[in-house]
Amino acid sequence: MFVLRLLLKNAFRHRLRTALTVLGLVVAVCAYGLLRTVIDAWYAGAEASSSTRLVTRSAISLTFPLPLSYAERIRGLDGVSGVSWANWFGGIYVTERNFFAQFAVDPASYLALYPEYRLSDAERQAFFRDQQGAVVGRKLAEKFGWKIGDQIPLRGTIYPGTWTFTLRGIYEGAEAGTDEQQMLFHWKRLSEALRQRTGAGSDRVGVFVIGISDPDAAAAISQRVDTQFRNSLAETLTETEKAFQLGFVAMSEAILLAIRAVSGIVIVIIMAVMANTMTMTARERLAEYATLKALGFPGGFVVRLLFGESLLIAGLGGALGIAASFPAVRLVGQLTGTLFPVFRLSPTTLALQVAASVTIGLVAAAWPAWRTSRIGIVNGLRHVG
Amino acid sequence: MPADPRRDPPAAAPGGGAADTPLIRIRGLSKAYRRGEQVIPVLQGIDLDVRRAEFIALMGPSGSGKSTLLNLVAGIDKPDAGRIEIGGVDIARLGESELADWRAAHVGFVFQFYNLMPVLTAFENVELPLLLTGLSRRQRRAHAGAALEMVGLADRVDHYPNELSGGQQQRVAIARALVTDPTLVVADEPTGDLDRTTGEEVLGLMDELHRELGKTIVMVTHDPKAAARAQRLVHLEKGVLVDEPEAAAPGRR
Repeated sequence: MFVLRLLLKNAFRHRLRTALTVLGLVVAVCAYGLLRTVIDAWYAGAEASSSTRLVTRSAISLTFPLPLSYAERIRGLDGVSGVSWANWFGGIYVTERNFFAQFAVDPASYLALYPEYRLSDAERQAFFRDQQGAVVGRKLAEKFGWKIGDQIPLRGTIYPGTWTFTLRGIYEGAEAGTDEQQMLFHWKRLSEALRQRTGAGSDRVGVFVIGISDPDAAAAISQRVDTQFRNSLAETLTETEKAFQLGFVAMSEAILLAIRAVSGIVIVIIMAVMANTMTMTARERLAEYATLKALGFPGGFVVRLLFGESLLIAGLGGALGIAASFPAVRLVGQLTGTLFPVFRLSPTTLALQVAASVTIGLVAAAWPAWRTSRIGIVNGLRHVG
Repeated sequence: MPADPRRDPPAAAPGGGAADTPLIRIRGLSKAYRRGEQVIPVLQGIDLDVRRAEFIALMGPSGSGKSTLLNLVAGIDKPDAGRIEIGGVDIARLGESELADWRAAHVGFVFQFYNLMPVLTAFENVELPLLLTGLSRRQRRAHAGAALEMVGLADRVDHYPNELSGGQQQRVAIARALVTDPTLVVADEPTGDLDRTTGEEVLGLMDELHRELGKTIVMVTHDPKAAARAQRLVHLEKGVLVDEPEAAAPGRR
């Protein structure tokens, strides 16, 4: 207790210096958490992927559709437990800033493959029955204040025109990482509208989603699907859902690398600031440390005092920085809107923030502790702080 | 002052129990400082005995080596050659951690500029050396309280050093030096930073504690009045003793 009291008193001896150092730590640790959360948000789709789902798309490009007739052939393959399909709609709700994902899907088979989208039975049946109907995620409904029965108009981009949907259900994600900012509507409505307008493309799908019973057989089943359609007019590329999502992440690899670099640099900078604080502290107190050694305290005691004080300050700054991360992430999540469907502070990020704080405390004290341990008592007693 | 449980009682002190055996026995002590290629001798072949419960003053011009001799006796510096036997232990042969343990058990320090911890109260400063004794918290507090009472600062226990006068700070330092019941008290210019009146008070206190507790005191001083308090004067010039080691200080019995 005596030593702890000594550490606390020393840590706050120069209140302004300590307060500014702690403030720097708070900003750095909070910023680190925020940047890591942005990186996590990029990977959220991949993290939410299921090992029992595969995605089949055109081998040429995702923008090339596939024939709906492939569904039956895929369904008949060994290891396949279910097949559904989806088209990316890309519509605009009021303005371009209100971006969110919209998919035209086969409701029954699609929702069977995504059990993490939880809908009440009544809402599910209402959605199945109404071809003009749509379901949205809870976060999306809260963002725009939508309620069951509301009319949602979308301005088509890929499929021109104004498309109005009746909200029949609001799903909740089963996991914290489930995307609740999507809209799903009937693929048949899209298909019939295209048939009426142009006659072309009405039986085309963007991707097939395949359910498999054995995740370990994913590679074999993928190959089986692609072999089915080799040398056809629309060859396929089948991969796990995670690999499919990571393909999108790979397009932003440079941005992610830059964000990672910045998050690391932030920690290095505050480490240097903290090291400067501890070096100044050790230099000012050289005579005191020499006195302690003269009184008989071993050199290791003085070293532990320095490390203890450094860890105390870093711990305080780190704790406050972590506490500040929660409202900061909430605020940024609100500001970015639907850009990141999942934007939350993960346990891994929290653990890394703690680790960063501890590392800062240890590294900052290392040099001054080493120097102080080497100063002789006589020279130390002569020092004027 | 309550006895320090880490050490044997005086009757069984190392180095024998004979009344005329010196507590401190220095033979052939030499020390030089090095500045690059240059070697500057500071002490050359010092032989000196100090009896138990003796109060001696080391005097000499600046650069004579008196502070260096004090530092060597206190165990905070190492000689280049020679022996320093204190209580039968040649401290010149001890390793760094053994020397730290030895200082904690045997030496009380009184510095010119007090060297108190500014963030600790007077009470906590006096309690500080007791952390090395293994005493319980209650025992430590009892010892510290008694030491502060002995130097007349029982009403200042919760004051920080910057709330005390120079003389009061030096009293706290003396209490700190005595709280572990050391074998030896070393004082480096204890009145150097005090005005004449306060300095006299502090010296009077040291004198009183020497007579009451029978402590062996080795003091470095420039001040003849401070030196007059000692039982014996030892003069150094250019690193060598210039007086007979047994010469008595003027005005002392």
